[in-house]
Amino acid sequence: MKLTRELRASMAFAQRQYNLIKRYWSWEVVFLFYSIINTLTIGLIGVQAGENSGELILYLVVGALLWGFLSVVFHEVGESVSWERWEGTIEYTFMAPIHRLTHLGGMCLYAIGYGAIRTIIVLIAVALFFDLSLTGANLLTGLAVLVVSSLSFIGMGLMAAVLPLLSPEKGSQATHIIQGFILLISGVYYEIEALPAWMQPLSRFSPATYTLRAARAALLDGASISQLAPELLRLALIGILLIPLGLFIFSLGERYAMRTGKLKRNG
Amino acid sequence: MDSAIVCHQVRKYFWEEQEADPGACWLKRLRPGKRLTKAVDDVSLEVKRGEIFGLLGSNGSGKSTLIRLMATLLLPDSGYVSVLGQDVVKNRLAVRRMINRVSVDAAFFKKLSAYENLMYAARLYDVNPRQAKIDAEAILKRLGFPRNKIYASMENLSRGMQQKVAVARALLTSPMVLLLDEPTTGLDPKSKRDVQDFVLEVQAEHDTTIILTTHDMAEAERLCQRIAIIDGGRVEDIDTAEGLKNKVGGPSTTMEEVFFALTGRDWSKEAEDHEAD
Ligand SMILES: Nc1ncnc2c1ncn2[C@@H]1O[C@H](COP(=O)(O)OP(=O)(O)O)[C@@H](O)[C@H]1O
Ligand SMILES: [Mg+2]
Repeated sequence: MKLTRELRASMAFAQRQYNLIKRYWSWEVVFLFYSIINTLTIGLIGVQAGENSGELILYLVVGALLWGFLSVVFHEVGESVSWERWEGTIEYTFMAPIHRLTHLGGMCLYAIGYGAIRTIIVLIAVALFFDLSLTGANLLTGLAVLVVSSLSFIGMGLMAAVLPLLSPEKGSQATHIIQGFILLISGVYYEIEALPAWMQPLSRFSPATYTLRAARAALLDGASISQLAPELLRLALIGILLIPLGLFIFSLGERYAMRTGKLKRNG
Repeated sequence: MDSAIVCHQVRKYFWEEQEADPGACWLKRLRPGKRLTKAVDDVSLEVKRGEIFGLLGSNGSGKSTLIRLMATLLLPDSGYVSVLGQDVVKNRLAVRRMINRVSVDAAFFKKLSAYENLMYAARLYDVNPRQAKIDAEAILKRLGFPRNKIYASMENLSRGMQQKVAVARALLTSPMVLLLDEPTTGLDPKSKRDVQDFVLEVQAEHDTTIILTTHDMAEAERLCQRIAIIDGGRVEDIDTAEGLKNKVGGPSTTMEEVFFALTGRDWSKEAEDHEAD
């Protein structure tokens, strides 16, 4: 694999998505508007808390922001196959002379960049609205948490992306169900202890649980990178395991699709 | 090595889910039956380098499936397919570097312009974007594609124009083997002529090997050095148009008669079916 060649090819995906955003820019504005409103309304729940409202607002806003970021990454990667199938371009993308890692890696890099930009815009809007004080927060640690946890979400996105390859009819639906399930068990807006006892152990299987815990420690309690080292290490480890596993599962799914004719059949 | 493509006893069967009978009991409706389709059934053929090789058959005869097997989009159930000496299963990436394909449907990002779609393809195939732009414009010009439409979004282009962009996308990557799957189906007569002329030009200028599927007898006769008649996933015969005619009747035999003699299918009826698609 010639690295520069593959890197250039991976840019094709970022360029393509950028062109699409340009074409659909009014929808981008609408999505962004809704993301901001959504985060604000969730933050406003915290305003009612009275005395401790500042902390609760931040707690909720961190949840909303992170969930926004993670679901963008998960969605962009997980839906890329079903979207290309719908557009009819999937066979052309799959028969291009590039490694699957280049293809999916390009999509992932784009997803992270796109998700990060959106999250930062929402963060700025929310900080202005609530007049949030981030003096006690450790933003650098927060950023580290975001970067490290992207890895595991890429891994999960890759596994989700395979579902539409296995079943053109129901794969995309399954992706959404998985996303909803992660939202439920990861403690996005509440502590895990709020879940029914039988459900609580499940939260351990979601990388988002660790992401949220670490992000809150950084932004609410001002934890430093070294203080969070075990958490960060754990997140990195999950990511490092999930990405190759995701790629492996994807390649199995691709083989299955090529064997059974599930890639696309018309024409 | 003078074979561009070798297919040896290639088979590709599909299991298709059948629509459940709404009158059936609920248990049966939950588990709909499956039906076996022999899309490609024991096909052996060799395509020479630099040749335009036709696959002539009616709808559902297995043309696209055979093309997909050559294009590394499907794995053969059994048998062997190679492109310029490379096995399509074992050396997928090597094969992909040498081929490109035009399919009957316009497979584009419809909200993007022709230009943006072409640049996406160029990047995937590591063609320098500046060179790609020059080449794309030259190809589109020769195809009679209106220059000012290159920045219009694909969804606003006619079928004929879209298909010309598809041809440009394939040519842009300088494939050694070009797979054309019904490139002219559904085109207006002028566009059809433009594409056909261009195919002949490409062969003459670039020594490209071209596989062309069609259900248009005149097109097969005009463009192809040799024609394989395919029906029900099986190759009935392979020869030049002349050769096929001579076998069936004589030089005055029409291709329609050849087709009927080899497949037992009445072409005028088949053609009607195609129009209905
Ligand atoms: N991916 C697929 N899954 C299931 N059946 C398929 C698939 N592709 C083709 N078939 C079936 O295989 C047969 C041959 O199809 P195809 O190769 O598309 O024919 P043609 O291109 O000559 O019209 C048809 O009966 C078609 O329904
Ligand atoms: Mg076909």
